[in-house]
Amino acid sequence: MIDTSHATVAPRPVGVNPWVPSTVRIQAIRPEITDVATYDLEFVDDEKGARFRFLPGQFNMLYLPGVGEVAISISGDPAQHGTLAHTIRKAGNVTAALAKLPVGATLGLRGPYGTSWPIETARGNDVILVAGGIGLAPLRPVVCDIVTNRSSYGRVSILHGARNPEGLLFPSEYEHWRANGIDFQTTVDRAADGWTGSVGVVTLLLDRLPLPNPAETVLFACGPEVMMHYTTKTAMGRNVDPGHIWLSTERNMACAIGLCGHCQFGPVFVCKEGPVFNYERIAPYLTIEGL
Amino acid sequence: MSTTTTQTSPADPSALDDRLFLARDNLQALIDLLVAQGHQVIGPKIDQGAIVYTEIQSVDELPRGWTDIQQPGQYRLEKRNDDAYFGFVVGPHSWKRYLFPPITTIAVADQTPQGWEMRGHPGPTPKYAFLGVRACELAAMRVQDRVFLEGPYVDPIYQSRREEAVIIAVNCTQAAATCFCTSMKTGPECQSGFDLALTETAGGFTVVIGSTRGRALAEQLPLRPAVAEEQAAARAGRERAEQQVTKQFDTTDIRDLLLKNLNHPHWADVAERCLSCTNCTMVCPTCFCSSVVDVGDLAGEHVERERRWDSCFNLDFSYMNGGVIRNDVRSRYRQWLTHKLASWIDQFGQSGCVGCGRCITWCPVGIDLTVEVAALRSETAV
Ligand SMILES: Cc1cc2nc3c(=O)[nH]c(=O)nc-3n(C[C@H](O)[C@H](O)[C@H](O)COP(=O)(O)OP(=O)(O)OC[C@H]3O[C@@H](n4cnc5c(N)ncnc54)[C@H](O)[C@@H]3O)c2cc1C
Ligand code: SF4
Ligand code: SF4
Repeated sequence: MIDTSHATVAPRPVGVNPWVPSTVRIQAIRPEITDVATYDLEFVDDEKGARFRFLPGQFNMLYLPGVGEVAISISGDPAQHGTLAHTIRKAGNVTAALAKLPVGATLGLRGPYGTSWPIETARGNDVILVAGGIGLAPLRPVVCDIVTNRSSYGRVSILHGARNPEGLLFPSEYEHWRANGIDFQTTVDRAADGWTGSVGVVTLLLDRLPLPNPAETVLFACGPEVMMHYTTKTAMGRNVDPGHIWLSTERNMACAIGLCGHCQFGPVFVCKEGPVFNYERIAPYLTIEGL
Repeated sequence: MSTTTTQTSPADPSALDDRLFLARDNLQALIDLLVAQGHQVIGPKIDQGAIVYTEIQSVDELPRGWTDIQQPGQYRLEKRNDDAYFGFVVGPHSWKRYLFPPITTIAVADQTPQGWEMRGHPGPTPKYAFLGVRACELAAMRVQDRVFLEGPYVDPIYQSRREEAVIIAVNCTQAAATCFCTSMKTGPECQSGFDLALTETAGGFTVVIGSTRGRALAEQLPLRPAVAEEQAAARAGRERAEQQVTKQFDTTDIRDLLLKNLNHPHWADVAERCLSCTNCTMVCPTCFCSSVVDVGDLAGEHVERERRWDSCFNLDFSYMNGGVIRNDVRSRYRQWLTHKLASWIDQFGQSGCVGCGRCITWCPVGIDLTVEVAALRSETAV
């Protein structure tokens, strides 16, 4: 039986005034793939850094004074304290300005915010992680937990899709993950020269995946909304319980603290009740255009 | 009733609510007392053809002898045939502009040798006293309290202003054609949430004390016991308002009616009329949406984070990943209406609508949300 009653009490941000970011310093920058880099951030105030805890799937608001603020998931290992990894794709104004910052530069951080992937629910069961493109970043903390506590989990598969082979995230870690008993599979929309892997949408991988215990399988998905929609349909078609499917959603956010109104998705605020939702909570709204 | 000094009948003991009386000539004493206590008094005043809420120092600034005539898409002031100070309903302003200002600095960042340093909203909290708060507006404040004070995070700007603000309510003694507070169960009579509540009669105001702060104010005011005629006049005024609220809004199962009909063709029908101008959300006393922009000095070393009112009718409100989610008027009107009347209940345990009618009056094309919901209801198979 999968215990879905577990309610995660997510860690709350450090600091009193929820509008005021704390100063963090870029400790290291690791280029990942084209236009994507991972930033290790550390609090300038050691004491704040020591107190900071997060759960897999939570995000921070990163603030570049004079430019703006963006929501970025924490992509590091929740069991490791000190620095906070954020894997960021250059998308527009703020992320482009961030991409120009050198190691040692400071910026603002508020967080952690939002709900988390229900790790407790996943442990003891088979797990499928479905990630489209940069969507692997918010799932990486889950992978860290699986690698550290491999015996707590049943069969684990990661299905990662990208537009092209260069879009597959964290390529240097695949071998390590596979060595830890994770079935890691990739697919791309468009093959390039030398690509011998799968071509097609990520649901094709899910279609072919052996699913010996669908009733005891938990699925976490993060990526474009259409991808999550078809992933969910495919999984349910293969008898995965809709109550065991969790999705991470994205909406414009100006505050992340439930005050600005931007991230509404039907009756939910993505920043408060999400970004990680049980499929059943948002199912009626996923197919409504322009919501 | 002409003058207050000639009233001799004993007070009606059953009308405990109207026990005290502030003579018309002593209204200025109330303003003076609030000012003496360090409050900035905000009250109704005529500005550019509308009654708005702004700082006042004297009763002479109040819209004495004026009333407002409201219809869908229409608002105009008319002379009354008496000298009532509060003989109107509500205008385009609401008190939210003082508790949740249209533009506020929420944080400040400074470049220092150690890097960026951030701190909270600078400056002292204004100490307001609101004079002339209506029942629906008290309800609107309670709606915004749930948003800004009772969620997982408290907005410190709203909180400090709200705690400081003295609230002098004034009961409506008339209603507009756009009012539907009786349907939303928010009025027209002020029940709680005020320091003092006044009901205007010809000779002055009956006074109800609503809080310990209100009691302290009352002790310093030239009040006297109200007499039976004054109490009867106050009651008659409130009853008149109640009778004048003729607009009915059927909210039965409204949450499901709206959220289960998100693809109903009626949304496209409203979209043909709606200009997506944002007026309804700007005048709404409960809409709370905002955006934050950075305003920097020339050197870029001092940056203020400014919070500004925003609206779900703005195109870039739902901007994401280089695109816009609510890309047509249909989806934006649907967001406003379903949020206000339906998903607000999921989010905050109550409706976001208090029945003040501002969105109806100030809509340039006269869209009336109660009519739209009724139409959707009638077009929906039960
Ligand atoms: C909960 C959550 C977690 C996220 N995690 C990551 C992550 O781990 N890595 C990553 O690269 N990106 C992540 N994003 C997306 C990231 O926030 C956007 O790419 C970023 O806001 C784009 O900002 P910009 O100024 O560079 O782009 P512009 O196109 O210039 O955007 C202007 C503004 O619009 C808003 N905006 C635009 N796109 C988005 C968006 N997708 N989501 C929310 N607001 C948006 C922001 O306020 C932004 O500053 C996440 C978004 C959310 C909501
Ligand atoms: S109706 Fe629109 S502007 Fe008003 S609170 Fe809701 S989302 Fe915000
Ligand atoms: S309903 Fe009326 S007031 Fe609201 S956005 Fe549309 S036209 Fe403007």
